[in-house]
Amino acid sequence: MSSAPRLTARSARCGLALTIALAHDKARAGFDATAHVATSLAGTQTPLAYFLHSKGPATEPVLYLGWILAAICTAVCAIITVMLIIGMFRRRKPEDPRSLSTEGGTSFVYVGTAISTVALLGITVYMLVVLARVAQPPNEPAMTVTVTAYDWWWKVDYGDGPSHFSSANELHIPVGVPVLILLKSADVIHAFWVPELSGKTQAIPGVTNRQWIQADRPGVFRGQCTQYCGLQHAHMAFEVYAQPHTDFEHWIAAQRMPAPVPANAQAARGATLFEKRCAGCHTVRGTRSAGVQAPDLTHVRSRRLIAAGTVANSPESLMQWVQHVQEIKPGALMPDMKLSPAEAGDLSAYLATLR
Amino acid sequence: MSATSDRSVVQSGRVAFRREPEYGSVPEGSDAEKRLREIWEGESGWRGFFTTVDHKKIGLRYIVTAFAFLLIGGVEALLMRLQLARPNETLLSPEQYAQLFTMHGVTMIFLYALPVLSGFANFLWPLMLGSRDMAFPRLNALSYWLFLFAGLFLYCSFPFGEAPNAGWFNYVPFSSLEYNRGPNIDVYSLGMVLLGISTTVGAVNFVVTLFRMRAVGMSVDRLPIIVWGTLTISFANLFAVPSVSLAFLLLWMDRNVGTHFFDVAADGRPLLWQHLFWMFAHPWVYVVVLPAMGIVSDALPTFCRRPLVAYAAVAMSTVATMIIGFEVWIHHMFATGIAPLALAFFGAASVLISIPSAVAVFAWIATIWMGRPVFTVPFLYFASFVLMFVIGGVSGVMTAAVPLDWQLNETYFIVAHLHYVLLGINVFPVLGGITYWFPKFTGRLMNERFGKIAFWIVFIGFNVGFFPMHISGLLGMPRRVYTYPEGMGWDTSNLVTTIGSFLLGIGIVLFAINALLSARRGSKAPPNPWDASGLEWSVSSPPPPYNFAVLPIIESRHPMWEDRIQPTGRRSHLKEGYLLHHGREALGVHPFSGKPDVILKMPDDAWSPFLLGVFAAFMFLALLLRSPSFTIISFAASGATLIAWMWPRRSLAQREPPTPKQVTAAPSALKDDALPVGSAGEHSGGWWGVLALVATEASLFGYLLFSYFYSQSQTQLPWPPEGIPKIGVGALSTGVLVLSSVFTWFSERTLKKNKRWWAFAWLLVAIVLGTLFVGVQLKEWHNHPYGLTAHLYGSLYFTITGFHLAHVLVGLVILILLAIWIALGYFDEARNAPMRIGGLYWHFVDVVWLFIFTALYVTPIWLRGQ
Repeated sequence: MSSAPRLTARSARCGLALTIALAHDKARAGFDATAHVATSLAGTQTPLAYFLHSKGPATEPVLYLGWILAAICTAVCAIITVMLIIGMFRRRKPEDPRSLSTEGGTSFVYVGTAISTVALLGITVYMLVVLARVAQPPNEPAMTVTVTAYDWWWKVDYGDGPSHFSSANELHIPVGVPVLILLKSADVIHAFWVPELSGKTQAIPGVTNRQWIQADRPGVFRGQCTQYCGLQHAHMAFEVYAQPHTDFEHWIAAQRMPAPVPANAQAARGATLFEKRCAGCHTVRGTRSAGVQAPDLTHVRSRRLIAAGTVANSPESLMQWVQHVQEIKPGALMPDMKLSPAEAGDLSAYLATLR
Repeated sequence: MSATSDRSVVQSGRVAFRREPEYGSVPEGSDAEKRLREIWEGESGWRGFFTTVDHKKIGLRYIVTAFAFLLIGGVEALLMRLQLARPNETLLSPEQYAQLFTMHGVTMIFLYALPVLSGFANFLWPLMLGSRDMAFPRLNALSYWLFLFAGLFLYCSFPFGEAPNAGWFNYVPFSSLEYNRGPNIDVYSLGMVLLGISTTVGAVNFVVTLFRMRAVGMSVDRLPIIVWGTLTISFANLFAVPSVSLAFLLLWMDRNVGTHFFDVAADGRPLLWQHLFWMFAHPWVYVVVLPAMGIVSDALPTFCRRPLVAYAAVAMSTVATMIIGFEVWIHHMFATGIAPLALAFFGAASVLISIPSAVAVFAWIATIWMGRPVFTVPFLYFASFVLMFVIGGVSGVMTAAVPLDWQLNETYFIVAHLHYVLLGINVFPVLGGITYWFPKFTGRLMNERFGKIAFWIVFIGFNVGFFPMHISGLLGMPRRVYTYPEGMGWDTSNLVTTIGSFLLGIGIVLFAINALLSARRGSKAPPNPWDASGLEWSVSSPPPPYNFAVLPIIESRHPMWEDRIQPTGRRSHLKEGYLLHHGREALGVHPFSGKPDVILKMPDDAWSPFLLGVFAAFMFLALLLRSPSFTIISFAASGATLIAWMWPRRSLAQREPPTPKQVTAAPSALKDDALPVGSAGEHSGGWWGVLALVATEASLFGYLLFSYFYSQSQTQLPWPPEGIPKIGVGALSTGVLVLSSVFTWFSERTLKKNKRWWAFAWLLVAIVLGTLFVGVQLKEWHNHPYGLTAHLYGSLYFTITGFHLAHVLVGLVILILLAIWIALGYFDEARNAPMRIGGLYWHFVDVVWLFIFTALYVTPIWLRGQ
């Protein structure tokens, strides 16, 4: 009984000072552990910890709400614990064990329920106020991005008409303005969640949901699918880059450009290989590769991570991914691509041009 | 009693089948007691095993079977915890992990949480209510067999590696055929429908038992809180279970028949699944905790040496929690894009539902504070339960805050919350309750020292295991992930959780070992080893097969404490009461006043529940294997068994003429104290049972019509897409069906006047009209340009009218049986319960048609005009 309060306090302290004490790099299934995400993701130790970091107006009132409610809840648990302990161990006059009492006790119920009701009503009002604050952005959204969830990656679409382009698994937004996300799904129900910037919303096939996010400071913010969607739900992350306005415009301009023509022979061989083996699913704008079931790779080497936030984007890990998909994400819809060493070199050279 | 307006005695000169119940005492060891024991003792050996209808045996089976499922679900959890102990672990593949987390949820929530509480309720209710058995002993046995077979059905998929794998909540489209091609989801769907039948018949049994099978003087303000809890949830189950049964049936049809309810490409709505599922599953979480709260409310006072504080408030809070529990299901769907106004309503309700719970928590604390605690093993479980309840409850309040839930939802914070409420509010009271009532179950006491060791391991293991989940949840760890990367900050809490879970597992196993050893070698228990107050402690440990040698008369809430609590008040009569020993008999009371109403004849041990369970399970197996012939054979076998079960029997006084011994001359039967014998006429329990069945079937149609209107409200296409159903034909069908109800009513009336052949004739007319309805409906179906699988509207139209047609066909079978029984002379003005029961069912079928007619035929015209 008395261990409960100690456990509560200790766990809370532990939680605030968590370190990555137990990560061991171990070669698994024959590929390099650097294929996995580096330990310092964008500088934060706990990238999905919405309880510790809030980076925008959609999450800041919620952060306060969370801490205040947590404080109230902890206080309630402490009070109940104290009442239980006193109730059990308070001194009583010695009496015949067969005697029974019937007196009193109802004041506990009246007072306790009354205080609880007042507290709960207060919590209700407070949460409704926060709901009103965060349900709509403070001003009109400055831009709209369409995010379509796929098994197990994220398609992002910017602009329409001639200025439209697609990318995957990495959203860029300008700092300091609300951005409207139109959420769709190509297959099953997923959920879009970037904890430091906003709460989550489901992506439901047949429906377009709306979500707004806003980052008040530049940075990289990790997101995660949070509705069980199949075998690789665990490896369906994404990143949101908030950039100052000029950097953002540069990024948009760069992403709009089609892929450059391969400069050397090896890359040209790689381009041919790509068209033969990869174009069924992938698109590279400016070439004949126009597959739509998989991420647009026109600027794949400009992204920080690949495979929906699972694999670092270096030339080596990219080729590891292409040839050993099923070891990294078993059940993913992309098969392992069998390549001879020469083919692998050619493809790598070509992919290196897709910046 | 003449107060019940039994018209049978009014007819001058006719004999009536009534008897004044004998009143007296039956001392232990006397000849009368030995005869009573012989009457009620079931058969022994394997025959007795399959045919018993004894609520005590059935209750214990429920508890043991549920506990076995608890252990299996625990093993599934421990495997998952091994996989999650470290980042990037490769012990389990994603598919294995998916099946494990799905089956862990299914097992714990459906195969353990309610069945174990049904077991307690089954064993204890008659003993607490002062009755010899439940209202429907054979139905009781059936509910157990269906539960066991549904559990086996769900688990037979595991050896094939095809267990359900889309989470216990089974969202579409991931669980639709397109994304889930194997039989996994079909196993889940069919298994859940089969289990739903078990839950429903169990609920019907509890409701009718409470209304009818109480001792004289057992008014509602004297009922133990576990009775309040189980009664409340049984009502809730009647209205909630049809929602999930319907959802799974529609999904099964989408997957196997080609309908389009959830088919996005055909305008189907994934959110419809979420609504139907959560409209059931939210009330369900209260279903699995309210009886357990009742266990604490009844047992904790024993170890505080005083009655529960604020009994009435606790009883009312039980009902209030359940009612509000029907209005909050959207809090599982806050992130689905629903309008903020709706979110505000459901969020506020979800916060405020804690108020009744606060009432109960303070009542328990007050009982401890104002009492004199005795620190036995059950007390330890109940005291710690209060704290676990509050921790789980407050984390729930955090999730009810809508914008905060947008962060917390689908993280491990929710996993922490749900385990604190489920283990804290269900498992802890169950462990304490097993220990407390162990003497009644087995006649022996559990070992106290061993029990305390097990308790501390369970308590520490549970908190070490589940508290860190709050932390990893707040740090963003999502649910249902088979692994997680390094560098997220979750490593330590996951490792600690794994260690704690294993500790908890050890504790539970120690508890089970203690129970098994004590059942053999524990110290023998007297009738009331804890000096408790409840009626169940007035009989021996374990109770005799007949429960009470004489049916008691109750004068207070605490029969065993009356001498000390209210020394000058009236005392309950426990040693003298109604004998009711002409065969297996029990007392039926008037539902609201509690006055004696009828002497009930209780059934002997029977094969029909077991056989019906087997044939029903085979039918579902046949559907899984997609074998039409096997399905039809099993269906026919089930139907035949059911008809054999329902056939009116003389031994149960369900039909005339009675044997000469049972007949009483009319004048002596006019005495006020003479009660009718046998469940007949207005006194029939079967009527209440079918009324409960009508409530649950009406809910099923309600959810179907909800699906129809929901789909219509979300569609952009014209509705109906291919021409409105012809209202003229619909009106004709309606008229025919209403007329058949009228003729059925004529038949009932003339039967009550003992005009047998008129009754037969009117019933034949009703049957003909019913058949005409079927014919018109089939012709109309034939004439539609679209079919069941053409589009979403077609799926809905044919399913709704098809369900109704199935009910009409069953109704016609019932009417035909009634006609046969009338012709065979089974009934007269006193003995005609099946007629009233069948009539009720037929009238219900006709009233439902009025709603369907309005929805399908009238509203499209009305909406077109808008």
